[in-house]
Amino acid sequence: MTSRDRPLSPHLQIYRWQWTMLLSIVHRMTGVALSVGMLLLVWWLVAASLGPEEFADAQAFMDHWFGRLILFGFTWALFYHLSNGIRHLFWDAGRGFELQTGYGTAWLVVLASLVLTGLAWLAGYGII
Amino acid sequence: MSYRSPLGRARGLGSAREGAGHWWAQRLTAVALVPLCLWFVIGLVGMIGQEHEPVVEWISEPITSSLLVVLIVAAFHHAQLGLQVVIEDYVHHEGLKIAGIVLVKFAAILLGLWAVFSVLSISFGG
Repeated sequence: MTSRDRPLSPHLQIYRWQWTMLLSIVHRMTGVALSVGMLLLVWWLVAASLGPEEFADAQAFMDHWFGRLILFGFTWALFYHLSNGIRHLFWDAGRGFELQTGYGTAWLVVLASLVLTGLAWLAGYGII
Repeated sequence: MSYRSPLGRARGLGSAREGAGHWWAQRLTAVALVPLCLWFVIGLVGMIGQEHEPVVEWISEPITSSLLVVLIVAAFHHAQLGLQVVIEDYVHHEGLKIAGIVLVKFAAILLGLWAVFSVLSISFGG
């Protein structure tokens, strides 16, 4: 192995912990969770195409408290990944790299994900 | 100075032979998914507690079917691109890594097609 003696970049543990790191890893975690959660979307659509009985089964699962909990988590993961994804797109365009801006947009992403999740569920329960 | 050959530079594909293709596809699907997801969540909220018939009616509207198919394709493409990177980053055993990536890609194609065909069969009244 010729690469053995090459210098390595510092490992993650070396860096002082900052909470923007948490946003970064949560972006990945929500991405993976959303990928798995897409099974629900497939199930819902397939059930709808099969007929009223199959669809009622799927609806009953989503209506159960456990199903609602999963859907609630899915909603938050979606809005978080979506908001932070927009943050990433701005970085891709070369904007928002200043330290203070980075912290500011981090707060904004967390806030937006909570507000959007709240709005969706309040609307779902017919409260707004 | 650059050591790359003029042909290599013109092709712009680099050592992995795929250039910015993966990166670009992930961004393109991301941009598409922003409005699509917002539209879908709003649509779903309107469908809460509904019976089979109104849901099927909603799905079979041409605009809904079209947007749903685009959403499914973009979402599964985006998901498998992202999962590929996650596997490449964390799975260091070469065989497991390739097996995982292949599995993710096959599953994405299969599940995506399943969802698309369900939407189409609903919209064509099958």
